[in-house]
Amino acid sequence: MSDPLQPPVKKNPQKRTVSPTRPPEGRSRAALGLTAAAAEGRFALQCCAECGAVQYPPRDACSTCLSTELPWRDVSPKGTLIADTFVRATTSLYFRDRLPWRTGTVQLDLGPSVICHVHGDCEKGARVVLLNRLDRAGQGVLIATPEKRTPNMQDDPQLRAMSSDPKLRRVLITDARSPNAPALAKALLAAGAAQVFVGEGEIWRPYPERAALETLAVEFLPLDVTDTSSVNRMAAEYGGKIDILINNARFLRPGGVLARGDTGFARDEIEVNYLGLMRLAQAFGPVMCARTGDGVNSAVAWVNILAATSLSNSPEMGCFSASQSAARALSQSLRGEFRSAGLRVMNTYVGPTEDDWHQPLPPPKVTPNALARDVIKGLIDGLEDVYSGDVAKDMAEKYRRDPKVLERELTMGDEA
Amino acid sequence: MARRQGYDGVVVTAPVSVPYERYSIETAHWWISRALRASLQAAGLKPLEIDGFTVSSFTLSPDTAVGLTQHLGLCPRWLDHIPMGGASGVVALRRAARAVQAGDADIVACVAGDTNHIDSFRTLLSGFSRFASDASYPYGFGGPNVNFALLTDRYMQEFNATREDFGRICVAQRDNALRYPNAMMKKPLTLEDYLNARAIADPIALFDCVMPCAGAEAFLVMREDEAIKRNLPFARINGTIERHNAHASDPVQLRGGWTLDVEDLYEMAGCAPSDMDLVQTYDDYPVISMMQIEDLGFCEKGGAPDFLRNRDMTVTGDFPHNTNGGQLSAGQAGAAGGFIGLVEAIRQVTGTAAGTQVKDARRALVSGFGMINYDRGVCSSAAILEGAA
Repeated sequence: MSDPLQPPVKKNPQKRTVSPTRPPEGRSRAALGLTAAAAEGRFALQCCAECGAVQYPPRDACSTCLSTELPWRDVSPKGTLIADTFVRATTSLYFRDRLPWRTGTVQLDLGPSVICHVHGDCEKGARVVLLNRLDRAGQGVLIATPEKRTPNMQDDPQLRAMSSDPKLRRVLITDARSPNAPALAKALLAAGAAQVFVGEGEIWRPYPERAALETLAVEFLPLDVTDTSSVNRMAAEYGGKIDILINNARFLRPGGVLARGDTGFARDEIEVNYLGLMRLAQAFGPVMCARTGDGVNSAVAWVNILAATSLSNSPEMGCFSASQSAARALSQSLRGEFRSAGLRVMNTYVGPTEDDWHQPLPPPKVTPNALARDVIKGLIDGLEDVYSGDVAKDMAEKYRRDPKVLERELTMGDEA
Repeated sequence: MARRQGYDGVVVTAPVSVPYERYSIETAHWWISRALRASLQAAGLKPLEIDGFTVSSFTLSPDTAVGLTQHLGLCPRWLDHIPMGGASGVVALRRAARAVQAGDADIVACVAGDTNHIDSFRTLLSGFSRFASDASYPYGFGGPNVNFALLTDRYMQEFNATREDFGRICVAQRDNALRYPNAMMKKPLTLEDYLNARAIADPIALFDCVMPCAGAEAFLVMREDEAIKRNLPFARINGTIERHNAHASDPVQLRGGWTLDVEDLYEMAGCAPSDMDLVQTYDDYPVISMMQIEDLGFCEKGGAPDFLRNRDMTVTGDFPHNTNGGQLSAGQAGAAGGFIGLVEAIRQVTGTAAGTQVKDARRALVSGFGMINYDRGVCSSAAILEGAA
């Protein structure tokens, strides 16, 4: 079993904060396939389309038949730990700060041997399951874990370094008014978050979620993502205590371009959904990036909750989805900007949610609890992309298959 | 298989080792030029009198052998650049020997050299190979120590080898190094020192690892009549082998490419392991020396720990091995590490090894191993040299 994670000692403000460091980032283009799969928590390897041989390390040609058709496929992650070591000397600053580091060789049941990280509970010679996780450089890496779950398994320092686990971390949910805020707060506390802050704008305006939030041990903070000075004030006071930021602020009205007579709502959508994200990133991004090496409760993840239609638009929510696409595009820039600090941007794509604005849309719809569950699981698994609910999963699959086909499906004309 | 043609009439001579330095502010070009110059001087040659040149180096970038011809004022009609790390020495020898034998060149200078700046080792690791960047260095960035820790761990599990078994190799080599003025390691090493050393990557500890340094090695390949004319002590090449990416599906490397070619080697040389007066293995880690001793037929697979327990590996012992201390005690000067055993073997069989001379040494087996492209050494090579009686 792993030693249970202990709460950090109170930070000594006179001591220098540990500078962010990261494991090696350089990869060949082929190897980025592993990263793409890790971003969604899948274990995939290249399999030759002609002879079926499973390849590792990633290649440009099959080492059995020289075919260059090597698609990535989800395959069995099982194998045996046949050798292991504790690295006690390295020239990498990232690993130097974390020695000793356990590394091993796993022979996959599928054939290839892989050099991988090794969870502390794995025994030499034992059966293991490989996980494909993003490391702090944001690259897919393999870690051997015990075949059966062990106590406090998530607390293993190497596994935790590849996750965004909320346990003992402090989380800011930016919009208390969102119907998903109570469910998110509750799930985070259940996952062991040390503290949950919820941002509250226009506090004079009552809202139904307030009562639910008041039953939880959360702290309300004044925060209005449309107000730069409000965001900056909050970041100045609390920025250094936020380890995970969940941006759930959203302005939504239905309809495409012709369904609206003016650009009024669109302006609000951009103000909240796009510029709100930008304001938050400008205020909280730098301080969170400076704290990614800060021990047990280091800054670890930035979560955006986005509509699945940000991938490909449809007129029912046409103008709103456009603002979501803008936010999604911004999140890609943020990934690049946060990369050198190792701060992860996790986008959670969600289909129609169970709330007033989606009332006219048919089921299945995502309940706040289901969304919260997916967010927590995504954080624990260290994902970059989470698809919450069947509609979002379906859309992601179609998007992967052929974006143009998906676009055409979503833009059918009405039968006149 | 048709019998391979021998290297009749071709010899190797003018062995040179430029004394190593832990860190150097000089470049690979500088180190290579010093080795080349010393080798040519030994043979009474001027740079334009050689017509063949081959080089091995990790730190020559952006130059290759081509850039060196202009840099060093050479005008060869046969030119090679051998990027095979620890296997380069033997590979250079066998290629040069064929060139001379076929008349494509008359005198080939074979040189390996590298510099070692502060931080060169880290930089070299970062860009060593695509598979290493993709699939080994992100896992702890321990460099080759990690690969060999895993390999040693597996070897110990499989063949019941102990750390003492590996330690004996290191201790004997240090003993040999004390007789070799160019060795970096000058302090005697006991088995206790070995066993108590700082752990680097379990079960690898400090004295299992080579010390990266700057240095260069060189030798010349020419026709026998040319060597006689120049009054040079020379060695004949009885046999050589080379192999890459052997046993690719072995889950962990416990054997190398030698196993595929070892019979060929002894058949070509017309002798057996027991005929060797000394053995120079590639010793980046002691487990690899054991692997070579097994794969080159001195004992069965997994038998090296036991085989060596009953033997004395020092210069004066019954199984002289890495007689100048090898890389473990003399230092690893980059690609020159692929030459150190060969150059020492030439000195040994020509009776010019001075302090490390094995009495009556006539035949030597030299083995090369190189390039941890991902999880194992990909290149293997070996040669048998015999001094001219």
